[in-house]
Amino acid sequence: MNNPQQVVTPPQSGTSSIKTMREAINEALHQEMERDPTVIVMGEEVSGGAGCQGQDDAYGGVFGLTKGLMPKFGRERVIDTPISESAIIGAAAGAANTGLRPVAELMFFDFIGVCFDQIFNQAAKFRYMFGGKARTPMVIRGTVGAGLRAGAQHSSMLHPVVVHTPGLKVVIPSNAYDAKGLLIAAIRDDDPVIFLEHKLLYDTKCEVPDEPYVIPFGEAAFTREGSDATIVAIGAMVPRANAVADKLAQEGIHVDVIDPRTLAPLDDEAIIESVEVSGRLVIVDEAHERCSLAADISSIVAEKAFHALRAPIRKVTAPHTPVPFSPVLEDAYMPSEDRIEQAVRDVLGA
Amino acid sequence: MSYSPEFLLESYRTMKTIRLFEERVIKEFEAGNIPGFVHAYDGQEAVAVGVCMNLTDKDVIGSTHRGHGHCIAKGCDVVGMMKEIMGKAGGLCKGKGGSMHIADFDKGMLGANAIVGGGPPLCNGAALSAKTLGTKDVAVSFSGDGSSNQGTVAEALNLAVVLKLPHVFMFENNGYGEGTGADYAVGSGDVAGRAGAYGMPSAKMDGIDFFAVYEATREAVERARRGEGPTALEADVVRFDGHFIGDPQLYRAKGEIKQLRADRDCLKHFRARVTGEGWLSDAQLDEIDESVTALVEKAAAEGLAAPQPDISELYTDVYISY
Ligand SMILES: Cc1ncc(C[n+]2csc(CCOP(=O)(O)OP(=O)(O)O)c2C)c(N)n1
Ligand SMILES: [Mg+2]
Repeated sequence: MNNPQQVVTPPQSGTSSIKTMREAINEALHQEMERDPTVIVMGEEVSGGAGCQGQDDAYGGVFGLTKGLMPKFGRERVIDTPISESAIIGAAAGAANTGLRPVAELMFFDFIGVCFDQIFNQAAKFRYMFGGKARTPMVIRGTVGAGLRAGAQHSSMLHPVVVHTPGLKVVIPSNAYDAKGLLIAAIRDDDPVIFLEHKLLYDTKCEVPDEPYVIPFGEAAFTREGSDATIVAIGAMVPRANAVADKLAQEGIHVDVIDPRTLAPLDDEAIIESVEVSGRLVIVDEAHERCSLAADISSIVAEKAFHALRAPIRKVTAPHTPVPFSPVLEDAYMPSEDRIEQAVRDVLGA
Repeated sequence: MSYSPEFLLESYRTMKTIRLFEERVIKEFEAGNIPGFVHAYDGQEAVAVGVCMNLTDKDVIGSTHRGHGHCIAKGCDVVGMMKEIMGKAGGLCKGKGGSMHIADFDKGMLGANAIVGGGPPLCNGAALSAKTLGTKDVAVSFSGDGSSNQGTVAEALNLAVVLKLPHVFMFENNGYGEGTGADYAVGSGDVAGRAGAYGMPSAKMDGIDFFAVYEATREAVERARRGEGPTALEADVVRFDGHFIGDPQLYRAKGEIKQLRADRDCLKHFRARVTGEGWLSDAQLDEIDESVTALVEKAAAEGLAAPQPDISELYTDVYISY
């Protein structure tokens, strides 16, 4: 698995322990709510059990990310909402304009389809349209990605849509350590931040400091290092790229694996620096290829580091199809380690 | 109202098929034979069947994430459904849709829907087709109490009134949207009344009473066929299982489900009514139980035996032409 600490300096002293990404995100929410009384959490089932006869905090989010917040901070600050995404995101944006720091949850990020106006025409544009007057310090968290057999409407990777939108910052952690530091940074950030959690990563673990810490936006992590080729991988594709890098290392092929961690802003310098050395680039993105981050990064490198390229850039993405339900089709849909490895061999052989 | 024995037998057969199908789906899910997320419909059979017994194959319905019952009531093939839910070749949607995306246009089943509130706007469209083409067909959208809070549903209610669409909005209030009580999330506490406030007739009924659902829907469907516009119905129902299969349901009171299964079972209610009235005998119903058991067994066996879809299917059906 990842060893992100090799590139990110952990905070000074303090204790740490092995945590899942789920636990790391939950801890970040607890710590930020404790630190700042204007931080609120809202969404469907973020606590669960409202208006029911059984236990409160029955879900703590359907994936358990917000568990324990309501008992600690109360229903005033941990707000279960009706199933009304436009109202949730609109309220979060308006509250952000007027003194709160909402962390709104879209249970599955696919539901952005229901509330896109409140994000794209509202929250994202306030700062610019209003001549720099507005502040919209909100975070929208949501689960993304395929792999859980959740079908076409619960499995999309929609980061290209939000990255394309000026005014939004977009974060996608690939491990528990990054998730905690990036979420704390997102909550403290004064702009709207989209925080994307891949459902296949929730149970992945690594060493995570107990105290709060911030990972700045726009700083990529090198999760593997080597000068033979560069792999840029996003979200759940990072552990797959790492596994390929480790396999190739046994053959004496050493590659950089770059996890951008934030897609907007994007640390294009880190990518270009690596390509300047390796001359060979593979980009792994679970989005559909057209207008994906893979396409975006490919164009950046083609423009800024064309002279360094020694092989055509290779993109490993999902096909131009919705996510199929059938497990065999879904597995074929997702970029696999085999496809990543083949792409690296292709750029090395070219 | 009087009912023919054929009508009663068919209604019972369909309700029983839904019940046994769902019980089998739960079993197969627990055995690891069904991937993903599955929302079982058992307990709400009287609504799907009470509604669809008023419809022809040309009338359409729009369903929800909890859609198996609606599919069966609208005439979908249970073998094709089981294969679909198992993600297999030969499934009603080639295994590409799954439990939350079963559709069968030949039967007027426009699709289950994993986006809460996705169905009612689409059913307005189907109703618009019927109105514009003058077919006298109607559309029925099924929505939950939770779904009734969605903006898309509010917009659809108003548009249906504005365009006088032949659309029956059926709200199945089972008391919960996932683990949130309708008492909390439906601000006015009155789904039908809120829908009616958009300017259409509305009615509430006991959703475990097949006859109450059938008759209320009948009136609404006739009104729609006459070109008099939409109606909103709210059926008070019970959810026998979790929100999804595997839901620990910590938010429900201890003993609640046991109580509901004992007191609020629409199939028991139906049997008591039809035998009590002397319309059907227990023996007639038992015979149906047996044949439905065999049908569901066949569906499960064929589902399990069906091959996986061919990988080439990943790339098909994105467009009609490109
Ligand atoms: C737009 C959207 N928001 C949230 C969800 C997650 N979700 C699926 S079902 C459900 C509850 C729906 O409640 P209700 O409409 O009462 O139907 P029931 O499950 O009771 O049949 C929720 C919140 C979703 N699928 N789509
Ligand atoms: Mg409900």
